[in-house]
Amino acid sequence: MDAQAQLLAPALLLPATAVFPALLGVVALVLGRRAVPLVPLLAVTVIGLAVAHLTAIVWQHSEVTVALGGWQAPLGIALRLDGLATAFLLMTGTVASGIAIYALVEYRHPAGGESRAAYGFWPLMMFLWAGLNTIFLSRDLFNLYVALEITSLSGIAMVGLNGEAAALVAQMRYLLFATLGSLFYLMGVAFLYAETGALDLAVIAGRLQVGPSASTAVVLTTLGLLLKTAIWPLHFWLPPAHARAPTPVSALLSGLVVKGSLYLLIRLWFELYAPVLDQVAWMVPGALGGVAVLWGSALALRQERLKLMLAYSTTAQLGYMLFAFPLAVAGPVEATQAWTGMVVLILAHGIAKAAMFLAAGAIVAVLGSDERVALAGATRLVPVPLFALALAGLSMMGLPPSGGFLGKWLMLRAAIGAGQWWLVAILVVGGLMAAAYLFRFLVPAFLPASEGKPDRPAATGLMGGAAIALALISILLGFVASPLNRLIAPAMPAGLGAG
Amino acid sequence: MSPATAYAVTGLALFALALFGFLVRGHLVRRIVALNVMGSGVFLVFLAMAARGEGTTDPVPQALVITGIVVAVATTALALVLLVRLHREVGRLALEPSRQPD
Repeated sequence: MDAQAQLLAPALLLPATAVFPALLGVVALVLGRRAVPLVPLLAVTVIGLAVAHLTAIVWQHSEVTVALGGWQAPLGIALRLDGLATAFLLMTGTVASGIAIYALVEYRHPAGGESRAAYGFWPLMMFLWAGLNTIFLSRDLFNLYVALEITSLSGIAMVGLNGEAAALVAQMRYLLFATLGSLFYLMGVAFLYAETGALDLAVIAGRLQVGPSASTAVVLTTLGLLLKTAIWPLHFWLPPAHARAPTPVSALLSGLVVKGSLYLLIRLWFELYAPVLDQVAWMVPGALGGVAVLWGSALALRQERLKLMLAYSTTAQLGYMLFAFPLAVAGPVEATQAWTGMVVLILAHGIAKAAMFLAAGAIVAVLGSDERVALAGATRLVPVPLFALALAGLSMMGLPPSGGFLGKWLMLRAAIGAGQWWLVAILVVGGLMAAAYLFRFLVPAFLPASEGKPDRPAATGLMGGAAIALALISILLGFVASPLNRLIAPAMPAGLGAG
Repeated sequence: MSPATAYAVTGLALFALALFGFLVRGHLVRRIVALNVMGSGVFLVFLAMAARGEGTTDPVPQALVITGIVVAVATTALALVLLVRLHREVGRLALEPSRQPD
């Protein structure tokens, strides 16, 4: 390939990856029932190919920056692809493809007619996908705000698609607090703009200096993003919204949407705020994450409904990802381990949690309920989704070999190396608690089925298939440690780890 | 006090005031209005940034505010549609039944 063609590819591919799903969303709006299965299949193949190509580019060049329309920052908006963005694009592509395949069953239009839920689902899912891809690629703080809003508004709109009363209340709560979080973030951006006169991440990083403006910006943006990511004690809106939403939406929200705001928090802290923060500040997210793991796991242990347990488990698992913050300033070796561990944990959780929600949906489709007591006989009646639930559960508990194990292992080594024994303790206790809350639901599945249930295994087709595929990928992540490391480790911003 | 400072202080005051209203009020219409007022506070702070300094006004914050207003309108529209649906199907105007207005 000559130099011209090489330059052209990313200049076209980066914006296309961000915008193409939104175009498909508009197509789905216009075509209605005729858009299915055209739009989801196009999305999965085209975005899949684009992300695969981008991964190959990052593999060779480690990072690529594109100035939109040829306008350089600070005037123009820059898109940048690095290992971190690629990892998130890959996770989003994988999870969204699995969910799209599952939703081909759940959100198919009835023969000869059009269902309201199916009409709403496909455009919203495409807009959500576009919003996430934009978050991962954009380097402009205001552009990021708009992308965050596109992502959350699409996600929120989908919570009430099936129109259940409990979902409507959860949806309203989600909308109010997600918007509140965005406003805090935007006020923080105003302070950053006041201080540096720029919105581009790289330009701000060069100009930001210690002072009251910078501190206020750190507090405001961090509060807003913690609220949107549902980190304890700002997690209260998440469990009802994620549990009451229709299953494919639960999987999108828990697997992907919370990772969008978390991604931005990581970008801001590791790239922008590192020079203006002291050691104590880096402890705060880690401490919140520690409480989140224990608190979320304790509540997951008390749930009687599978989807609620999975939602509380999300608030717990998000906590581990923040452990990398205190470890980032512990030393160069620990910082790299914690950074890679954090990203692997995010990927593994995104894929495994989506698999578990899809499995739960397939189980509900057959058994009619996701109550713990109703799971009796599930091993015989719904073997495929139950196997997916257990398999993804292995990754969630952090058992080898799995993506969850790899991420936790890296994090554990960093915590031991840094002498942060409280993090080590929470990593171990949290894994045991995850095993406990998962087994509470898996054990009843082995009991004999109650009277009146069919006695033959039910075929769950694409629903069970999508769940199994994602569960397998969450396990397989554990076998590709060295490529993952080569992709993610170099993306860690320089200068961290010195303390 | 320069005009820019006045704008910034007003913006911050609106943000804080509306945040208080958002947290203590139960009625969902009030809470949605509170979010809008908070947003206006943010926009005022951005406009104050445009007005500070010597010479011509910085156009970037004004462009941001216009986009911000579009986002706020979209969010408010979604919030109001959801509110109507919530009221019709659940009969609620507050998240918690205990805060339901009369």
